[in-house]
Amino acid sequence: MTPLQTLPEWAATAPAIVLALTGLALLLIDTIDPDSTNNGLLAGTATLGALAAGGIAAWFLIGGTGMESTGGAISLYGDALVVDGMSLFFTLIFTSVTAMVTVASYDYLADEEYQGEFYSLVIFAATGMTLMGMANSLATVFVSLELASLPSYALVAFLKKDRGSIEAGLKYFLIGALSSAVFAFGISLVFAVTGSLVLPEVAATLAEGTELVGVLGLGVLMIAGGFAFKTASVPFHFWAPEAYEGAPAPVSAFLSSASKAAGFAVAFRVFTVAFPLETVTAVGGGSVDWSLLFALLAVVTMTLGNFAAATQENVKRMLAYSSIGHAGYALIGLAAITVDGGAANGDVLGASMAHLLVYGFMNTGAFLFIAMVEKWGLGRTFEDYNGIASKAPIAATAMTVFMFSLAGLPPFGGFVSKYALFYSAIESGFWWLAAFGAVNSALSLFYYSRVVKAMWIEEPSKPLEIGSQPVGLYVAIIFAAVGTVLLLPGFQPVIETAQTVAAALF
Amino acid sequence: MIIEALIAVTFLAALVTFVLPDRYAGKAAFALSLAPVIGSLYMWQQYDASGNALLGGNIAFETDVVWLQLGQYDLHWMVGVDGISMPLVVLTTILTTLAIVSAWTPIAERQSQFFGLMLLMEANLLGVFTALDFFVWFVFWEAVLVPMYFLIGVWGGPRRKYAAIKFFVYTNIASLVMFIGFISLVFGLGDSITSLRLPEIAQALQAGQLGSFAGLSAGALASVAFIAMFFGFAVKVPVAPLHTWLPDAHVEAPTPVSVMLAGVLLKMGTYALLRFNFTMLPETARAFALPIALLAVASVIYGALLALAQQDLKRIVAYSSVSSMGYVILGLIAYTTYGVGGATFQMVAHGLISGLMFMAVGVIYNTTHTRMVSDMSGIADRMPVTAGIFVAGAFGYMGLPLMAGFAAEFFIFKGAFESTVMEAMPLFTGAAMFGIVIVAGYLLFAMQRTLFGPFRFDGDYDVTEAPFHDVAPLAVLLLLTIVLGVSPDIFFTMIQDAVNPILELGGAF
Repeated sequence: MTPLQTLPEWAATAPAIVLALTGLALLLIDTIDPDSTNNGLLAGTATLGALAAGGIAAWFLIGGTGMESTGGAISLYGDALVVDGMSLFFTLIFTSVTAMVTVASYDYLADEEYQGEFYSLVIFAATGMTLMGMANSLATVFVSLELASLPSYALVAFLKKDRGSIEAGLKYFLIGALSSAVFAFGISLVFAVTGSLVLPEVAATLAEGTELVGVLGLGVLMIAGGFAFKTASVPFHFWAPEAYEGAPAPVSAFLSSASKAAGFAVAFRVFTVAFPLETVTAVGGGSVDWSLLFALLAVVTMTLGNFAAATQENVKRMLAYSSIGHAGYALIGLAAITVDGGAANGDVLGASMAHLLVYGFMNTGAFLFIAMVEKWGLGRTFEDYNGIASKAPIAATAMTVFMFSLAGLPPFGGFVSKYALFYSAIESGFWWLAAFGAVNSALSLFYYSRVVKAMWIEEPSKPLEIGSQPVGLYVAIIFAAVGTVLLLPGFQPVIETAQTVAAALF
Repeated sequence: MIIEALIAVTFLAALVTFVLPDRYAGKAAFALSLAPVIGSLYMWQQYDASGNALLGGNIAFETDVVWLQLGQYDLHWMVGVDGISMPLVVLTTILTTLAIVSAWTPIAERQSQFFGLMLLMEANLLGVFTALDFFVWFVFWEAVLVPMYFLIGVWGGPRRKYAAIKFFVYTNIASLVMFIGFISLVFGLGDSITSLRLPEIAQALQAGQLGSFAGLSAGALASVAFIAMFFGFAVKVPVAPLHTWLPDAHVEAPTPVSVMLAGVLLKMGTYALLRFNFTMLPETARAFALPIALLAVASVIYGALLALAQQDLKRIVAYSSVSSMGYVILGLIAYTTYGVGGATFQMVAHGLISGLMFMAVGVIYNTTHTRMVSDMSGIADRMPVTAGIFVAGAFGYMGLPLMAGFAAEFFIFKGAFESTVMEAMPLFTGAAMFGIVIVAGYLLFAMQRTLFGPFRFDGDYDVTEAPFHDVAPLAVLLLLTIVLGVSPDIFFTMIQDAVNPILELGGAF
């Protein structure tokens, strides 16, 4: 099955096109009937759009679009965009998270104004992320990154009357603007060295050698900084706890799952395609070894995220730090790449991508559970979660699945994806990275199990009142929980696809 | 396919129970739990394995399909049973059903969740005993912890939160250490294996394929892996001095959960010790015979002495479990047909008898709402049937002939005396036998004070005979204990058949 045999090449960008059209359709609906509070129509349109885009991406993936079996990556618009297995795989992550978030927002936003704007911003951000996955030139990388970021700033500050939300939005925006500037400056330095923005051409020029090693090194470092911001990794992580805590919980889910994955998508492509390790180490005589940089960042990020998470009293903030910790695990995908790694490089990068997919389900689910608790008006601290299981056992079961899966306990998807990641790291010779990951993962059980303990074992400190049974939130949470569980037995196709498409980058 | 069906049916039963209304949950869980009992008995009847599953024996009900292809080592869904795991599968299903019945009285709230978790735990336990791929086995091994954590933490006694988290942390750290030990072994084997199937790994190790890893020579690697795995499993067993989580967990856990904990969960540790340490690394085990035998004897004597010092009936039984598990370790390290076979038999026998003891204590507690020896006396006057079974069970624990405990301990002592792993083995065996005297001492003393003498009870509850559904599981367990004691060959033949290949490796046949 080759979906594109009879279609023009640009049809390969169909997921992004569908998302963009959905965003426009949402704006249209809002224009026709600006005062409507028909939340169902908006949420339905957004969800359908996301699902359609995800379905197309899955179809392309199965059909082998842009992969070796059908003639390799499809390069479009003068190499500005490229559709290959990796971009489609990440599109699948973005769209599934988007669908869960939009379904859940149906209830969360029921009493809010500006619903049309909310959904269209989410969908436009998702469009930006999909483009980030396809970006094959530093210029498109930057533009798509901004397309994903600008709606995110607005979304974080969406609750206009909530001081926390506004403060979070402002912090997020200021740090985002700063890191964008750093990132753009890094791009300009790389352009100064190589004279090109297209990723493969950058690599080709570097392979011929350059005398401007220092400039190149600085450029690479600054670009890495831009990614650190987007993925909430050290040293540009400190916006994340504020933004995730202050933002409406569905937006936190969206940012911490999809937006982070988008950052990784573009980082994976830029570093493996534009700055292949063997080229930059040959050019710089070992001084531009980004693998070492990412190894250090990975260790620091996962450790810092974990220890900070352990000290939190606020569940949402704890999850924000845990999300930083998980960025550290995913960074192993870049850190464990070696010059003569061969197939092991594709394996570890693929394992990291597969982990991001599983993470997309479990982390989105966890934040959506917080959205549900916020909807019930119960509060945000561990103590406020006491005894929830006695009132809402199904939702609490789902949250338990998310927590144990995030901690990497065996019966869930998070275990097998972490196993694949650490195993691949060992295979690449980075057993110490895997050891750091495993120890951190074991320690993380402490704070994840606190949530479980509060929900199931502690007695409520005040009478629990759960007013509504929000249908949309329940649907999204149960979907995420079922996904998290099914990814354990069904991990084989995921890891196989991820490692195949990742291998195509090398 | 029958193993998959067995596990799937149990999972399904757990799900169904979880969503049922509380009122029907207990009865429904009992009815549903009969399906795995019938399934396991059918398996036993159809059982046709020979030899040891890990050492090239003929595996019964084997399934082996590739689950995950990841780098160098494929992960398989491989399950099957041999003479070591078959009795434990039967034990698990029967004990779960009886524990569910014994929970009808004491569990008064959130029943559907309680019974659902019991069945969920059973499904995972069946997975532990049937899995023959390390990865699958580890998934089930860890998955047992989750329902156990809730069962103690939600339905336990006053200090349940502390006990639950202590149990969880102890066993999880142990699992991590064990995991690292095993995986280093796998990396030491390098290219000589292509999957994590336990038979493949065991046979590669026997063939001397272990290379060096992380700067350790093959011999040093085997020692390090052995110690790491032994530590991991010893926490689960538990071997003194790693036993401190056990009394807390037992005392706080509700009775049916204690039954499962003592009856089946502790056997996970000894089962894994036999499967991993003693089957895969026999030479290393023999080299460590002295410290292991020391630990075994220490567990026997120290556990028994601790039991002697307790006032709480449940604590007495809990500490005596530490003592009984010490015998299992002693039997394993003996490396004789009666030693290892007896240890395996003791896993089943102790599962039945300790289950019986915990249940009996639970039945008394249901009526009196106290477990303190000093709070009561002469209970036999008011609860003659329960007290009778309690006494019978206690004699089983002490090793009365014609009961399963006697057969198990006799096998172990015979095997340990014959052992050639080291010169001093008879000395250790003699010391361990002294444990039986202490067991008899504390059990007789406790029974004398609580059950016999003039009736006295410091409480406001009306002490009467327990309802039928409380006593029936006790009677069934007693019956099984006697049947196994009279005719140990029911299981011992298949156990020996599976154990003998291990001994040929250990060279102490």
